Amino acid sequence: MTTKISLHAVSKTYGAHIVLHGITLDIAEGSVVTLIGPSGSGKSTLLRCINLLEPIDDGEIYLDGEDISVPGLDANPVRRRIGMVFQNFNLFPHMSVIENIILSPTRTLGVPKAEARLKAMELLERFALADKADSYPDQLSGGQQQRVAIVRALAIEPEVLLLDEITSSLDPELVGEVLDVVRELKASGMTLILATHEMGFARDTSDVVCVLDSGHIIEQGPPSQVFTAPKSERAQQFLQSIINSGRL
Amino acid sequence: MVTTTSRRAVYEQKRKRRSIAVATVSSLIVVTAIVLLVPRMPRWDRVRQSFFNGERFRDSFPRLLDAFILDVKIFAWSAPLILILAMMIAMARNSRSPALFPVRALTIAYTDIMRGVPIILWIYLIGFGVPGLGLDRPWNSPLLWGSVALVLTYASYVAEVFRAGIESVHESQRAAARSLGLSNWQTMRFVVIPQAVRRVVPPLMNDLVSLQKDVALVSLIGPIEILRQAGIEKAKFANFTPYIGAAVIFLSITIPLTRTTDYMMERERRRTTGTRVR
Repeated sequence: MTTKISLHAVSKTYGAHIVLHGITLDIAEGSVVTLIGPSGSGKSTLLRCINLLEPIDDGEIYLDGEDISVPGLDANPVRRRIGMVFQNFNLFPHMSVIENIILSPTRTLGVPKAEARLKAMELLERFALADKADSYPDQLSGGQQQRVAIVRALAIEPEVLLLDEITSSLDPELVGEVLDVVRELKASGMTLILATHEMGFARDTSDVVCVLDSGHIIEQGPPSQVFTAPKSERAQQFLQSIINSGRL
Repeated sequence: MVTTTSRRAVYEQKRKRRSIAVATVSSLIVVTAIVLLVPRMPRWDRVRQSFFNGERFRDSFPRLLDAFILDVKIFAWSAPLILILAMMIAMARNSRSPALFPVRALTIAYTDIMRGVPIILWIYLIGFGVPGLGLDRPWNSPLLWGSVALVLTYASYVAEVFRAGIESVHESQRAAARSLGLSNWQTMRFVVIPQAVRRVVPPLMNDLVSLQKDVALVSLIGPIEILRQAGIEKAKFANFTPYIGAAVIFLSITIPLTRTTDYMMERERRRTTGTRVR
């Protein structure tokens, strides 16, 4: 399998606080990599760094073997290849669903408006949202908003999709509809990197699970191994606390 | 669909009738009090003569209206320039590139200085000062430089309104836009500014209504607009009624302006949001 994204000794600090301690990780094309770990362990920061929303202090990030973390590199073309979905949806409230979706294709890729709308409608239909095309974000449920946010990210046809705790602000009964979408994306062969607290989903869907703690990857491997036989003591503690709280 | 006889509808009906009754009665009391009490004041007759003289009103009103056209003109060319300049200042001040630090410092100095001095002083300084440099017609017109003074001062106030609006748009909106590959400029243009402007429409209208009135200050350096015309009319018969006429004309512009904005805001809110807490 070819490597899609490669992190090499990636470090990130906020002032004196070190958020990421030399993270090294290879992500194969078409694989689903899940980042789990306690709050503040660096999962979201890692995703934001891959999307170049945060500049890294040390190390390199490669996309298809090309260093995308070179200081001063134009980030916009890179971001069009790496989509991102956020915990709080971050839809643009002053635009209708369809306008949210076609904004980037028409403005950054130069797709004609009619064509972009047509493609957006196809995506909306695929995710059972076609009747919401002209609604505004505030008129939708959380689950619908998050599915629209995924469609918006897909509209620029990214090669990789980063999902940052996309079910964390949803009611329990709405989590399922969003996770179904992620399963469909996996089936379509897209490379997915997700930070999540949904342990059952991580176990069933991931190819690789990484456990983060204080900016280190303390455990890494297929879910069967990470969830049943973690090697490090810290990872054992973390997973035990999850099992005890009934989340796995 | 709620039927008119439902418990809820009956309650709403009752409540509505009650509040209308309360509003009507209290308004009536206030109006009656004014109508009964004010004329009992010792010099009411003289005040009525010099402020509410029907004849003077009818006589001066057409000329006031004519003079008001100049106010409208000054407003019409100043307001768009103010909005454009203010937006440029606000965006410069919100820029993030370290290279633009001098620009940011300059905009801060600009807003501090322009807002720190009374508008009337700027109108004098610019309106008399610049033509004093010996410029030729039409570049020595006090009307031109008075308008420039209005634009420069008002832009600093409006820039602060825009800046507050831009800063009120949550960082996560920018993150979402950038993650979609939009450039910094496109993020401002399509995501941040539209939301910022919608949020500041009420304070913005506030400033525009003030501008509509402050246009009259330009008269102090020469141009005969409504306030000055009212002064001329007043001087003719030593009667203040023309000022009431001027006030009526101002209100006939500012009230519809504010009502329309409120209506547009309400329509926009209804279009983009879900249910509302009552």
